[in-house]
Amino acid sequence: MHLRRTGIGMLVIMLLGISCLTGMVCAEEGSADKGVAFPVIPVAQGDKCVADTAFMRRNHMKLLNHQRDETVLKGERDEPYSLKECLNCHVVFGPDAKPVTVASPSHFCRVCHDYAAVSIDCFQCHASRPEPGDLPADHQMISLFSGTTGLNGSE
Amino acid sequence: MSSESKDKKINATPGFDPTRRSFLSAMAAAAGVTLAPGVMLYGISRSSSAQALENGASSAIRWGMLIDLGRCDNGCNDCVSACAKENGLGGFGRPETDAQWIRKIEIKNPQTGFSQSLPVMCQHCEDPPCVDVCPTGASFKRADGIVLVNKHTCIGCRYCMMACPYKARSFVHEVLEDQKSYAPRGKGTVESCTLCVHRIDANQQPACVEACSDTGGGAMLFGDLNDPDSEISQRVAKYASQQIRADLGLDPAIRYRNL
Repeated sequence: MHLRRTGIGMLVIMLLGISCLTGMVCAEEGSADKGVAFPVIPVAQGDKCVADTAFMRRNHMKLLNHQRDETVLKGERDEPYSLKECLNCHVVFGPDAKPVTVASPSHFCRVCHDYAAVSIDCFQCHASRPEPGDLPADHQMISLFSGTTGLNGSE
Repeated sequence: MSSESKDKKINATPGFDPTRRSFLSAMAAAAGVTLAPGVMLYGISRSSSAQALENGASSAIRWGMLIDLGRCDNGCNDCVSACAKENGLGGFGRPETDAQWIRKIEIKNPQTGFSQSLPVMCQHCEDPPCVDVCPTGASFKRADGIVLVNKHTCIGCRYCMMACPYKARSFVHEVLEDQKSYAPRGKGTVESCTLCVHRIDANQQPACVEACSDTGGGAMLFGDLNDPDSEISQRVAKYASQQIRADLGLDPAIRYRNL
């Protein structure tokens, strides 16, 4: 009985400690009451994505993996869910007016993946920016802070 | 048992019976007419290469190449440089380990002194030994006969490189940057000639063939070996051609003339 009481006491102290630490991190990086600041997601080219934002946020990896196997194994390339198509629309331009690679923290994939601490190895093999000929003709220069697609607050 | 009765017994075993087979095919043809919509569609997709392309690789096609060495110049390297440019194969100045999808080989007859050079790449075998040995199934043959590496499942063991009698495969030893978007390649995986599969899927010819006809001797001809009306089929039917190491029985899709 005595031991259990000590255990509960320890737990309460630990929880207090953790919440203090979290509070300190929050105070440093973003608004103290909401947690770590949400990333600012670059706006994409084109009218709309291949699926709505909420679906893509949860399932983009499934679409990519499925399309990957269809393309490599069967040669089916007419579906819109390819990594290449993603990058063509979700292109981010750097200060030199050229599309940035995944080496830049402002790269579309990196913005969220850095935030979520999920590392991806797609770009060890795949190009992380569109071929010059694949860019939409009427593309606009999009910088990192030109807009967001919803993660911070509005939804 | 006399030898005569033995023969009878062999003949009596179920086997090839031409009359039975022709009867069955006549039945199938009749079904094709009566069930016109479904069956006719099947017939069309098998006979037309262009139709099949729209829905990915088709087993009705077998892509191949005929290389006329009579028109391949010893000093010409256009196919090799076109391949490197198309697929982004930049070297690190280390020929022993740098990736090489197509190379020119010089062969010489020591008796006569006659020498000729030939381009050698993945021969896209009908029975590829690289596919047999791959422990993960990453090395595979597409329905249209193109032998590829699925780098998503390749673990870089290089067993396929040992199995290939044509030394067609390379291992990527170093970190790569700025790959082509249509030719992904990276450290730790094996790669080889893809027959420019991204171009074939877009109804184009491989880069080496295009370069050879543009600036080289026009020695390379690409086409569907299964289509009797294709130029390549007609040429291999008309002229003698050879596969390299045909004795291995792998049935490569790359054939050579005047070797």
